[in-house]
Amino acid sequence: MPGADFNPMHSILEAIRAALGLIASGDATLGEIVLLSLGVSLSAVTLATLLGLPLGAAIAVGRFPGRRAILVLLNALMGLPPVVVGLVVYLLLSRAGPLGELGLLFTPGAMVIAQTILVLPIIAALCRQSVEDAWREYEEQLRSLGAQGVRAALTVLWDIRFSLLTAVLAGLGRASAEVGAVMIVGGNIDGVTRVMTTAIALETSKGDLPLALGLGIVLIGMILALNAAAYLVKEAAQRRYG
Amino acid sequence: MILPLKLEGVAYRGIIEPLTLELGAGPSTVILGANGAGKSVLMRLMHGLLVPNAGSIAWSGENPRRHQAMVFQHPVMLRRSALANVVYALKIAGVADARRAALVALEEVGLAHLAHRSARVLSGGEQQRLALARAWALHPEVLFLDEPTASLDPSATREIETLIRAFDAAGTKVVMATHNLGQARRLGDEVLFLHQGRLVERASVDQFFAKPASPEAAAFIKGELPWV
Repeated sequence: MPGADFNPMHSILEAIRAALGLIASGDATLGEIVLLSLGVSLSAVTLATLLGLPLGAAIAVGRFPGRRAILVLLNALMGLPPVVVGLVVYLLLSRAGPLGELGLLFTPGAMVIAQTILVLPIIAALCRQSVEDAWREYEEQLRSLGAQGVRAALTVLWDIRFSLLTAVLAGLGRASAEVGAVMIVGGNIDGVTRVMTTAIALETSKGDLPLALGLGIVLIGMILALNAAAYLVKEAAQRRYG
Repeated sequence: MILPLKLEGVAYRGIIEPLTLELGAGPSTVILGANGAGKSVLMRLMHGLLVPNAGSIAWSGENPRRHQAMVFQHPVMLRRSALANVVYALKIAGVADARRAALVALEEVGLAHLAHRSARVLSGGEQQRLALARAWALHPEVLFLDEPTASLDPSATREIETLIRAFDAAGTKVVMATHNLGQARRLGDEVLFLHQGRLVERASVDQFFAKPASPEAAAFIKGELPWV
């Protein structure tokens, strides 16, 4: 174990150097954990996007009883505590729970479900805001041209696609950074459900700081790279499409 | 033919007082009045964007929606090319060979060379010409124009007015809201003068400017604006 003899007196630089060494050498354990993390979080964000964008758009454009209550609820759900979501999904998927027969508990599938629930309100609420602003601008023009219902909604969604990217990225940031939900429903099983955040928590408590730090650096690097890419795409789109 | 358009006792939230009028094909109609007189609201009621609280609005022919178009003071362009903006409108209207028709419309307004440029990066005047192309491509029987040059400079205004005259000459019924007296004179055949939501006067342009029948219209023409 590379960090078992780690002495807290050693400089933190030592741990960082070891972490960078792990990354540079393409450490297999590290690679596996990173890939699983990406797989789980990207799947959850994809699902939450497919559900959240239409939901956000419908709440933005629709006028129905209880809309305000749903709005408040949706905004409140953006701050859902991951451990609570983990607990609820755990109860649903545990053997005695209503979805116990699916046998999903302690699998990446359970982690995807938990993260989807966490991320869905964020994507839906941010999408709702963007669509509502755009709708105010587009409504009369689209109605004048005869675009209605789903066609009008799709036109607006497509037109603000670069703003929606921010909503999706916020969701991805939330998914890849949370630890509570995946820890509870995944169980942090080595090689099966161990992702970056749960591994960092475990390795830190074990004292293997280089692996924990290495994972931390990869995690932050990925989030930075994604946001930088999204920023560049948005900038280019703004210049090109106005 | 969707004209004549008949409004019977149409009222809207205190902005438009009960109003009855008939618009027939032919002469272009200018809805004139100060800011807040109800010009835009009246036009939106006619175009079907607003529903009146009282009264009825009746077009004559089948599918009136398809045979009218509106150009707004600030037209909304979709984030796609100028050409794609016109194609979008044509496809909704069910026009076959939308791309070719759109190119013809762009040619008509002098924007063919900018067809593939993104619509939102065009200048204000170019965007307004594009909005006219998008409306004209539908070959509407009635074209509503809501202060189409209010935010444009004099040279862009001239270009837009030239195009409006061309649509008028091609047989489209032009209904335009404006508070610009010069523009009303240049483009209108008849004037509907609105004052505080009431239709105060309806007259030919020549008669309206030479001999306004109501004190409100006379004051408006003189620029006295007693209601400010």
